[in-house]
Amino acid sequence: MDHFPGNWGQPRSRDDHVFSSTDYFPGHNAYDVGSRAASGPAQRTQQPMVTGTSVLGITFKDGIMLAADTLASYGSLARFRDVQRIIKVGDSTLIGASGEVADFQYIEHILETLTIQEYDHDDGQKLSPRHIYEYLSRVMYGRRSNFNPLWNSLIVGGVKDGDRFLGFVDLQGTTYQSSTIATGYGAYIGQPLLRKAVEGREDELTEEEARKVLEDVMRVLFYRDARSLNKIQIATVTAAGSKITEPYELQTEWAFAEGVRGYGA
Amino acid sequence: MSSIGTGYDLSSSTYSPDGRIFQVEYAFKAVDNSGTAIGIRARDGVVLAVEKLVQSKLLVPGSNKRIQSADSHVGVATAGLLADGRHLVTRIREEAQQYRDFYRSKIPGKVIAERAAGYVQAFTLYSSVRPFGISAILATVDRDGPQLYMVEPSGVYYGYKGTAIGKGKQVAKTELEKLKLGELSCREAVKEAARIIYTVHDDVKDKDFELELSWVCEESGGRHEFVPKDLAAEAERAAKASLEDEMDED
Amino acid sequence: MAVQFADGVIVGADSRTTTGSYIANRVTDKLTPIHDRIYCCRSGSAADTQALADIVHYYLQLYTVGEGEPPRVNTAANLFRELVYQNKDNLSASIIVAGWDKHDGPSVYTVTLAGSLHKQPFAIGGSGSTYIYGYCDATFKDGMTKEEAIEFTKNSVALAMSRDGSSGGVIRLAVITKDGVERIFTPGNALPRFWEG
Repeated sequence: MDHFPGNWGQPRSRDDHVFSSTDYFPGHNAYDVGSRAASGPAQRTQQPMVTGTSVLGITFKDGIMLAADTLASYGSLARFRDVQRIIKVGDSTLIGASGEVADFQYIEHILETLTIQEYDHDDGQKLSPRHIYEYLSRVMYGRRSNFNPLWNSLIVGGVKDGDRFLGFVDLQGTTYQSSTIATGYGAYIGQPLLRKAVEGREDELTEEEARKVLEDVMRVLFYRDARSLNKIQIATVTAAGSKITEPYELQTEWAFAEGVRGYGA
Repeated sequence: MSSIGTGYDLSSSTYSPDGRIFQVEYAFKAVDNSGTAIGIRARDGVVLAVEKLVQSKLLVPGSNKRIQSADSHVGVATAGLLADGRHLVTRIREEAQQYRDFYRSKIPGKVIAERAAGYVQAFTLYSSVRPFGISAILATVDRDGPQLYMVEPSGVYYGYKGTAIGKGKQVAKTELEKLKLGELSCREAVKEAARIIYTVHDDVKDKDFELELSWVCEESGGRHEFVPKDLAAEAERAAKASLEDEMDED
Repeated sequence: MAVQFADGVIVGADSRTTTGSYIANRVTDKLTPIHDRIYCCRSGSAADTQALADIVHYYLQLYTVGEGEPPRVNTAANLFRELVYQNKDNLSASIIVAGWDKHDGPSVYTVTLAGSLHKQPFAIGGSGSTYIYGYCDATFKDGMTKEEAIEFTKNSVALAMSRDGSSGGVIRLAVITKDGVERIFTPGNALPRFWEG
């Protein structure tokens, strides 16, 4: 079912061309802008404009590792190529975001506010990844309930007091926890690869192995996601704290293409 | 006290015939009854120290803190009524957050001092409220470096290199004046601050006290936090030792 | 567009304002001062961006008397960002904020339609910008001299004007350094010229 009243009674449902090459803003149809503006129901729900693609998250022996590229797309234009999509919140939590960059910057700000309030209280308690995840999921669900969602899929990862945490929350307030999580295109292409590499080995996988898994999957995503970049950051959180790498380039393989000739006729 | 019985000291919205507001002056008395608090602006940061008089042995150590954080980079030490201190800090936190929301940057020292003082001053204008029974020392490091301000119950505020409030303020100020405040490092300032608090403490009139020590500096990463335990302990030990040396000399 | 160089920033723009395909103004001044050393380049709805620039100008005046020193470019950019973000459903505004301040030196920011803020060494925006991404990426260098930066800006704008029907007219540049603002004018009949086949 199409949940956008503005699309009801239109010639085609938006679901029919989710992967259309002319679909600059997923979920938004160019042809219905005019009719909606002229006499549609009140619309508060926006469309994402400046967007980030997949984020990956996995559990490994000592903690949690996230990966994302540094691209912020504007439709199909690769507009900003050095945007950090993974942030630290406190010492033991990381958050990676796909979707609207403006909304993510807002989320970054409210989490900074939360962190300061918590710091000011000075009660010896620190926000754990689970606390931050719960808070975020309430914010996300609250906003969607006001028909004004924050247009993101977020991965929250962290380690506190020996407890590894990896959770997902999106613009509808949907939440789930798993030892591997992928957003955006990564949910289609990356997740199966992550499961194969990680599931059942969460307590064995070393940091080096975990990094290799993420790099391999990010490389596949770069090959197959037209809104991705091979400039990535990997973030790690362990009992010792969290770190985010500087953006670096993934090596890719194209040599085999030289031998490809014609189209099989 | 010439003010008593004249009727001019009942409200802060009434001047006395010679132009004074007695309620505000009484508020200063509330501050002067309190344990001493000092602030030192060092070359690389600011240090706050408080002589927190312990009202009862039944209290849990570390409770009723008189140094609080108002933002990641703002520390506030108060002398006077504890609850007034908490209320003012709540207000300062709101101001600091409002500034962050609006400009997306940390509030500068002089702005937070101005806003805190403005709030305090408003309580000297109306008959329906009483003035704040506190003075507050604000410590921050901002873009222009370390900043130290002190707000009085009247709403007056000044920037300082070093300042003291509470019952030991005169002795403390004399000690502060002996220091080379522009050259001092934060680590040195912590030791001086601890020493001064121990010097001004009157263990005849007052019983036990806890020493609260906090700083905002490079070493704390620009954050306001309590001085690390080992350094605080070392400063306290040195303070006690220097006090005993003094006694021996006497 | 706006370009950072060693000692300052250059802001540059064409001068065409259109309503549909009619050129409502062929000599528009799109370089808008919002403080002594902070300019913005407006694109999107002229009404919206003018209103925003006026509001930010007001806030920055207030800031200057309140704090006793000029605002940072970052502060100005964040004010734009907040206004756009909170009102994005009713606005069509994308803005480049550029200038010089004593804390950060020269800096350039982009505020997008969605209300996100991005710091960049140079920024291009508006309808013509999509035609010159390739040229700008290939030509821009970090730490250019003033003269190099002027040439880069002027050529980029000229190339956008030559391919984009919604851009045209004259080129207006402003060079912002710690010493002040210098305006440079290039008339429509003396624009840099490239291949015209």
